[in-house]
Amino acid sequence: MNTSDFLQVRGIKKSYDGTQALKGVDFSSKAGEVHAVVGENGAGKSTLMKILAGAIQPDSGEIILAGNPVRPRSPHFAFLLGIRTVYQEFSLIAHLSVTENILMGQMPTGRFKWWIDWPGARRRAQELLESVGFTAIDVRATTSRLSVSHQQMVEIAKAVATKPRILILDEPSAVLSQKELRRLFALIRRLKQESVLVLYISHRLDEVFEIADRITVLKDGETVGTVIPRETTENELIKMMVGRPLEAIYPKRRKQPGDQLLEVNNLSKPGEFQNVSFSVARGEILGIFGLVGSGRTAVARCIFGAEQPTSGEIQIDGKLIKLKSPNDSVKAQIALLTEDRKRDGLIMSCSVCDNVGLATMDRVSRWTLLNRRQQKELVQAKVQEMSIRPPEINRLVRTLSGGNQQKVALAKWLLARARLLILDEPTRGVDVATKVEIYHLIGELADTEVGIILISSELPEILGLSNRVLVMREGRIVGEFSKAQAGEESLLACATGVDTWMEGSAQTLNSE
Amino acid sequence: MSSTSKKAGGKWSGVKSRFRLADYGFMVAFLILLLIATTMTDVFFTQRNLSNLFRQIVTNGLLSFGMLIVILSGGIDLSIGPIVALTGIMAAGLQAGMWFPAAMLIALAVGMTVGAVNGVLIARFRLQPFIVTLATMGAIRGIVYVYSETPQVPADPAFRTLLGGGFIGPVPVPALILLAFFPLVWIFLNRTTIGRSIVAIGGNEEAVRLAGINVKAHIILAYVVSGFFAGVAGVLLASRLGIAQPSVGVGYELDAIAAVVIGGGILGGGGGGALGTMGGVLALGLIDNLLNLFNVQSYYQQILKGLIILFAVLARRKE
Repeated sequence: MNTSDFLQVRGIKKSYDGTQALKGVDFSSKAGEVHAVVGENGAGKSTLMKILAGAIQPDSGEIILAGNPVRPRSPHFAFLLGIRTVYQEFSLIAHLSVTENILMGQMPTGRFKWWIDWPGARRRAQELLESVGFTAIDVRATTSRLSVSHQQMVEIAKAVATKPRILILDEPSAVLSQKELRRLFALIRRLKQESVLVLYISHRLDEVFEIADRITVLKDGETVGTVIPRETTENELIKMMVGRPLEAIYPKRRKQPGDQLLEVNNLSKPGEFQNVSFSVARGEILGIFGLVGSGRTAVARCIFGAEQPTSGEIQIDGKLIKLKSPNDSVKAQIALLTEDRKRDGLIMSCSVCDNVGLATMDRVSRWTLLNRRQQKELVQAKVQEMSIRPPEINRLVRTLSGGNQQKVALAKWLLARARLLILDEPTRGVDVATKVEIYHLIGELADTEVGIILISSELPEILGLSNRVLVMREGRIVGEFSKAQAGEESLLACATGVDTWMEGSAQTLNSE
Repeated sequence: MSSTSKKAGGKWSGVKSRFRLADYGFMVAFLILLLIATTMTDVFFTQRNLSNLFRQIVTNGLLSFGMLIVILSGGIDLSIGPIVALTGIMAAGLQAGMWFPAAMLIALAVGMTVGAVNGVLIARFRLQPFIVTLATMGAIRGIVYVYSETPQVPADPAFRTLLGGGFIGPVPVPALILLAFFPLVWIFLNRTTIGRSIVAIGGNEEAVRLAGINVKAHIILAYVVSGFFAGVAGVLLASRLGIAQPSVGVGYELDAIAAVVIGGGILGGGGGGALGTMGGVLALGLIDNLLNLFNVQSYYQQILKGLIILFAVLARRKE
């Protein structure tokens, strides 16, 4: 390995709760380079970055920075080494002002040590935001009031404010608009000239190809290889990431969609989405693609009754239904697999049995007295059928891997015999192998006449599974594509509203 | 089903993953230590002392059951002390005009009503449990004094001889009542859909709501149950003492919280159970009893109790 490399990572291993997240990662980077780290969800990208940032400790392996072996024992130590990290989950303090967040730990003081020089602080924060090209943000604003993309920019400004030697960006584009992404790229190019090493984590290959000097691919916690963008193609990179040809990942469907199951007419919720109309047939997988903030999750929550739309109607089997709460929808056999299983999908402190059986307690009880044995048998059968590992139903959900947790969340709804299943980002934070299992499960469900709404920001997933795809942007449905019409470029162009990417293959339906 | 050996293996690892040693180890060690201490005084194993001990833990035991259910739901109930005073004074005072069981039932209904008010404010209006019950704690204490500034003496002697002063065999009636509620609470929390839902709500309220369960109703119910237990404790206390003081019950909520926490409960939900709480109640009761037998001043008792709570929490700390 070249000794002139600024950062070298060798044989890093890390396991959590019995799952081996990193099985030996090696890569090296030069100063003034943009080094992208790509891989599927669960490949270990975020774990690797957390290790570099000192947030977690590796089980073994070494990190060599400018020729010296280092071990970032804590985030503070990593900070002293010049490593700055912008995480996917924000580390901003929501109820403090933008100024305080940017200058956290280094607020300028006046004559006395404990006296904050507020005007000076605001000026400094403003300068820092301007220096990174983000001028639209009010430094006096309470951080929680900012949009998610502005919060992301504050986070980046905060990282850059303190002269980094290594800047780690973990999926920075997930919440940024195209325009904001351009600004970020301009900033990254400037940092490169200041010989900062930028580690850019992403699963969006188009971005990676644009900004990166080198790309390291991780798969299942191991380095597959490091490539130079102009010497490879997206397809080759995907093959490296997934480790097998794409076709085998998605299930072969045995049946065609049947009669109409769900019809949504002019559903609106101001501030979230407007005039959303569509239908789902039995056995159909309807993909809904859109960027974060396009309103897709709010639509899902309204159809499930978790939120109330202000107008519009929902019909099931041609009958108008009113869903006042999730209670009503569970009775109508509608299910929602939520976007964030930790936040609102699972009870981490409870067992697999309690979680899987949560929505079906009525079926195994009489006069509220639970028949625990009957419940356990039902759950055990489901756990075996879905090969949840380990197959121990008394285990706390907290101790399972992300993929198995997701299966538990899904098992709850399969046990409830859902007729309409709304899946919001069903494979987020799930390892590749489990991902494929979930895809095949979705396919099998559709073949048993369950209607499925698949919401995802992962294009390959949408394209590989859906019978039909809707595209949402800014709270509206802006396009409908049949399986034959849908392609990566056409969907992305439609979702972002950038016409230059249009290849003319799809018709765009602009709702009024 | 699978073969016996595999089943046994699965069962054990399941038990292991459910009961971490750290959750109960401290309490077990502590109880053993106390039992050793009991052998150092010959007064401890006298019938008189034991029945005293059991009568003393009844109040905290009942209150802790209610507190446990509320804590499991993710809340806290600070208002139980004044409910003890209110229900006690009503059960005693109302006997002037009616048969004593009727007075008791009215007192219990009042306790549950206060719980329902707490629950509605917390679940329906989404207020913080700490603040709501802090407010009702003050308000109910005021109501107690408005109702009667002077202690009330129950009119019917049977109220005292049957309940607080009664014995079945060598066991005091209040202790039997506590022991009868213990399995009921366990069954409620482990074998009913309502109990499981409450435990789940404390773990993740939104996930439970999205599973189609009426979260508000369950939260309200948890506070009603807490109010009920405070009512039972209040009535029994008035019956045992033979007089109902308006000033009784100050700081009772803290003892109940302590018992739940020592027994593996986690404030905010996500841990705790009937068995552990019963252990916590016994542990606290034993300390008081033993220190009394050893003639330790009550100030030192307080210090020791505080330290024990801290150690219980430290022992369970993750990592």
